[in-house]
Amino acid sequence: MIEEIKIGKDEILDVCLKLKESCDFLAFVTAVDYPERGLLELVYNLRSLTDNKNVILKVELPRENPEISSVAVVWPAAEWHEREIFDLFGVKFSGHPDLRRILLPEDWQGHPLLKDYVKPGVIKRPETIK
Amino acid sequence: MIPLAIMLFKSVVVLAFLAVTTMFLVYLERKVSAHFQVRYGPMRVGWHGSLQLIADALKLLMKEDIIPKMADKWVFLTAPVLVFVSAYLAYLVIPFSPFLVVKDLNVGVLYVLGVTSLTVLAILMAGWSSNNKYALLGGLRAVAQIISYEIPLILSIIPVIMLAGSLSLSRIVEAQHTFPFILLQPLGFLLYLLSATAEVNRTPFDIPEAESELVAGYNIEYSGMRFVMFFFAEYLNMFTVCALAATLFLGGWQGPLLPAPVWFFLKTYFLVLVLMWMRWTLPRLRIDQLMDFCWKGLLPLSLVNLILSALWMVFYG
Amino acid sequence: MTELKTEEYYLSMGPQHPSTHGVLRLLLKLDGEVILQATPDMGYIHRGLEKIAENRLYLQIIPFTDRLDYLSSMSNNLAYVLAVEKLANIAVPPRVEYLRVIMAELNRIASHLIWLGTLALDLGAITPFLYCFREREQVLDLFEMSAGARLTYNYMRFGGVARDVSTEFIKGTADFIKKFGSKITEYEALLTNNPIFLARTKQVGIITPKQAIGYGLSGPLLRASGIKYDLRRALPYSIYEKFSFDIPTGELGDCWDRYIVRIREMRESIKIIDQALAGLPAGDFKAKVPLNLKLPAGETYVPIESPRGEFGFYIVSNGTNKPYRLKIRAPSFCNLSIISNLLKGWKVADVVAILGTFDIVLGEVDR
Repeated sequence: MIEEIKIGKDEILDVCLKLKESCDFLAFVTAVDYPERGLLELVYNLRSLTDNKNVILKVELPRENPEISSVAVVWPAAEWHEREIFDLFGVKFSGHPDLRRILLPEDWQGHPLLKDYVKPGVIKRPETIK
Repeated sequence: MIPLAIMLFKSVVVLAFLAVTTMFLVYLERKVSAHFQVRYGPMRVGWHGSLQLIADALKLLMKEDIIPKMADKWVFLTAPVLVFVSAYLAYLVIPFSPFLVVKDLNVGVLYVLGVTSLTVLAILMAGWSSNNKYALLGGLRAVAQIISYEIPLILSIIPVIMLAGSLSLSRIVEAQHTFPFILLQPLGFLLYLLSATAEVNRTPFDIPEAESELVAGYNIEYSGMRFVMFFFAEYLNMFTVCALAATLFLGGWQGPLLPAPVWFFLKTYFLVLVLMWMRWTLPRLRIDQLMDFCWKGLLPLSLVNLILSALWMVFYG
Repeated sequence: MTELKTEEYYLSMGPQHPSTHGVLRLLLKLDGEVILQATPDMGYIHRGLEKIAENRLYLQIIPFTDRLDYLSSMSNNLAYVLAVEKLANIAVPPRVEYLRVIMAELNRIASHLIWLGTLALDLGAITPFLYCFREREQVLDLFEMSAGARLTYNYMRFGGVARDVSTEFIKGTADFIKKFGSKITEYEALLTNNPIFLARTKQVGIITPKQAIGYGLSGPLLRASGIKYDLRRALPYSIYEKFSFDIPTGELGDCWDRYIVRIREMRESIKIIDQALAGLPAGDFKAKVPLNLKLPAGETYVPIESPRGEFGFYIVSNGTNKPYRLKIRAPSFCNLSIISNLLKGWKVADVVAILGTFDIVLGEVDR
């Protein structure tokens, strides 16, 4: 039922513009960090509100200096989702109208949802439950 | 010398009376609202919370008097005094009974309207001097609203003055000894009541202090005793407009059987309850809708009312 | 005569403000009372739940979901356990499904009651607020009877619910929904056709269907714009297919439509609860699921229709007992993204009306 499409990062705008004809609704955009594989995976969930088309779009980005074009021009909804990913994962979205941190303060250092993020001054919690 | 002393004594009595009235009004409002909202309201201090207001007053008296650092100090300090004084002055001419009146001025109506419109100055002072944007917005809204609504308010009173042939409040009451003017001026009474509600910033016209938009409006920076003065003045003004309505339209202290002051208070408190009823039932208008209502609704209507009354008096009076 | 000069100014509305429903801050650029620009500023209660979840067992995350949208904890619980159950392939006993639907719908009523009360409060009518709380208390009593808590219920479990409901609960719920319809009529008598209420909400804050879809709005906001899309029908979860109910929609997408859609949704919820109570089977209230649940590697996303819109957890598992990544799709967050666009040109007083009909909960905006 859920269609999964993997695409390269350069095709994102073309693919999204094309997908928009069938899937008008962008449910969410998120990212998953895979440090061992050295990449960040962006996940887009697109849906059609009229039929039951449901697409998960995946784009892999390098972990170092991740950058991708913003899809905010296709779905304005992406604007805040991309800001959130920028905030918590540090992915840069080129062409984004207003790329600022959204949840954390402007002067925050680092991107907390990355797996190797350690908040300065915080001792790592011991693993009590295995 | 002696008449002056009597007058001074009378004004002090009025002041004491007003303090008690305000306390009672606040208590009444809390109880009325509570029962509108299926609650009890104050129940703990005294019988059915009747001493709650004294406890509250003591608390407010003991609070720190905060003056914001960036406030325009002297304007900030005088505004609550001015608002209280203007509310108080109005009572000096209102006839509670044929004899219970501090000074029966021959321009009583004019005087009441004059001193109560000082309130708007005080509110603007408070809003401006607080150096707070919410207060400023509240102050400016209040000025726009009160000045606009004053026009239909006055226009709706003029037919009464024409009927009585006098500006003295006592004379107006005496002129109603056969029947109250509300029978001749039902539209005028309605217009008066609506504009008066707006004059005293009560729901649905409470936009200057709309707490959900402007937090508290012009009195946002005031605390302790200075806040109490605004609070006092608000309730006094409400009582003033109701007392004035009772005097001008409902025949003041006139009435069968019961003594004069009782009739006066019955009529006034009835109107007070109407205002409270409105407050606890209705939502609030927006500033532009409020102005529309005044300039496009009340003003033309009150003009028509004035002209019709004048014509009626010319042909039948 | 010199020309009068006017200046635009900034007004910081929030984070401490009675009408921003929590700690939302709106930086408004104003020309008098008219809004030229609105910049929302969130994150005041950002707790990093998505990060915390990566270090917790699957079961330990359920209480965290309570704290997202704290007005509809049952729905949050449900969304989370549904996602985990789907990934772990856990079968759920029929009684549980019914109980979950009852709880979710009761929670929708409770949540909409708060929304209605605060909307009326924002518009200056104080009395409906207390009427709404009167009925909400009864729902909370029911929740207290079943889950033991009145706000953060922590009631759903993988393959079941925390504890079975008593017969008093069932009787109480039946009583409540029997009377509740007339209470809605009571609220409507105060608001629906009140000229002042109409003046404040009709034609105010119009969201066109195109905008609504583009900004990814969901729930009552989307439906108020005239789009008949309800996840309970579109992507049915639990046992919503079994129940008959309507999906109320608006026409214009203004504040009044958003109001009436939610009011009618409460009536639909009554219908659903009524049917669920009638069909409630006997049986287990819990399937056997290990406490230290290990999920197979994979990913899943199950959206549900929470009172505020599409709520879902995107879970990525790597085969351990903790989620590798947990993304929370919070409806308030997505719904709020339209706000700076929408507020332009409206007045300060309309901000509270529009925000009031958005029904945001900052707990899930900030996460």
